[in-house]
Amino acid sequence: MSFSELFNSFYTIFYKEVARYLRLWKQTFVPPIITMSLYYVIFGNLIGPRIGEMDGYDYMSFIVPGLVMLSVITGSYGNVVSSFYGNKFQRSLEEILVSPTPSFIIFLGFCVSSAIRGILVGIIVILVSLFFTELKIHSLGAVVLVACLTSFMFSAMGMINAIYANSFDDITIIPNFVLTPLTYLGGIFYSIKLLPEFWQDVSLLNPMLYIVNAFRYGMLGKSDIPLLHAYSIIIIFTIVLSAACIYMLDRGIGTRS
Amino acid sequence: MTLALDINRLCKTYKGGMEAIRDVDLQVKDGDFFALLGENGAGKSTTLGIVCSLVNKTSGSVSIFGYDITTQASLAKRQISIVPQEFNFNNFERVKDILYQQGGYYGLPPSLVKERATKYMKKLGLWDKRKEQSRTLSGGMKRRLMIARALVHEPRLLILDEPTAGVDIEIRHSMWEFLTEINKQGTTIILTTHYLEEAEQLCRNVAIIHKGSIIQNTSMRNLLHQLKGQTYIVESSHTLPNEVNGDFYKSHRIDDNFLEVHLNTDYKLNDLFKDLDSKGIDISSIDLKDNRLEKTFIELTK
Repeated sequence: MSFSELFNSFYTIFYKEVARYLRLWKQTFVPPIITMSLYYVIFGNLIGPRIGEMDGYDYMSFIVPGLVMLSVITGSYGNVVSSFYGNKFQRSLEEILVSPTPSFIIFLGFCVSSAIRGILVGIIVILVSLFFTELKIHSLGAVVLVACLTSFMFSAMGMINAIYANSFDDITIIPNFVLTPLTYLGGIFYSIKLLPEFWQDVSLLNPMLYIVNAFRYGMLGKSDIPLLHAYSIIIIFTIVLSAACIYMLDRGIGTRS
Repeated sequence: MTLALDINRLCKTYKGGMEAIRDVDLQVKDGDFFALLGENGAGKSTTLGIVCSLVNKTSGSVSIFGYDITTQASLAKRQISIVPQEFNFNNFERVKDILYQQGGYYGLPPSLVKERATKYMKKLGLWDKRKEQSRTLSGGMKRRLMIARALVHEPRLLILDEPTAGVDIEIRHSMWEFLTEINKQGTTIILTTHYLEEAEQLCRNVAIIHKGSIIQNTSMRNLLHQLKGQTYIVESSHTLPNEVNGDFYKSHRIDDNFLEVHLNTDYKLNDLFKDLDSKGIDISSIDLKDNRLEKTFIELTK
């Protein structure tokens, strides 16, 4: 396929996906606003003042970056896993599989559109936080870079989940039993410096910790871990997951008999 | 001679060891209207699934207009389109969006996609429904949508997997007319169907797949010629005698005015008329009892 044909294929998948989640805005954008508002009210306004400062910042300011990342992750992952599996379930994915659209374009079409949903949700959650606290941006570049990479990385992860899924149960297991616990234990609500040394070491095995801290650095200028480690982990995961996705689509794993 | 489809020694064994097809060889000429027949589970859908890249082959080769589906997948896929047995479009998309998206997946520019989508929506009677969600369409309309979608990139080879299943006679006949027209314009068509009169009427060549292997691959005329005999229902305006038999036919009386006659293939209807006339039986009408292809098919696959 020529470049313009590849672009047309990509744009078709991308546009279809974006149009879908914009059309379903009550399901895609309203729930994170309500959930995050509750977090801000309960943890930030009610419990926060009793906790006091965390790493030199008031508790509300400390938790905002983590909650934004939580929204970005669930938004991007949830979008691609439900959409791609939905296409598989309805068999409308066959429309794309019989066409000459190459695997990397299928991957990009689904993942870029889902990453954008994650970023849009993140922006909305930041805007909601303005009702509760002052917006602090230490490094806009770091904020944008981490948000984009994280969103894309979790889109790729969601796609792998959808590729392997054989039922609607399969698309909820990873988000409920793996992603959410790891995210909560990834330092959204606390600094790992509060933990005993052993649990600090265990926490370093959690990739979410690197993501939350890299984003927190972008907003507050503070991080529990070296930034180079955080960026390296995010970039390596993004590359490995993307390559795995394209390989699976190419081989027809989970999509062809 | 250009081959639209060239399948050689194609095998597919599914996980768990189920051998769906074994050493399938099949050639379809450019411009042909070809029937691929077989009972449920015979291997038709697996074969067509491999041709359309929806099923991974275990071994063998498939080329579409000379392009190998493994090594020249992109070129091969451009030549082909499939109308599957089951509806596989997004139920929540509008009719026109389904067609636009199909063109987009083939890399066509939006202006060309709109032009072709409009053309096929009008030709297949979908124009008035273009803004409706596909799930609201009737069964017949959904079938038309599947055909329109398959044609947006104007494939050279169109595969129709039971395209008229569950549609009424009127729509079926209009589909036949449409398919005949696009075949005349140069599109090669491969049809699978359980309505054997459909295959007999539309197709010039035929293959029969049975338990994963091709057991017949010939012209429709040759295949029908293999029939050992033909059964007719003869109507007489007068009361028929209790027994009517001849050297080259057997019959049994259905009621006072109807006779079921099995005529040997080597004899013509003229011979039957003469013999019945000599026995003083007048004939007011005659009808085929069974579809000829159906009978041949049953004989070959039993």
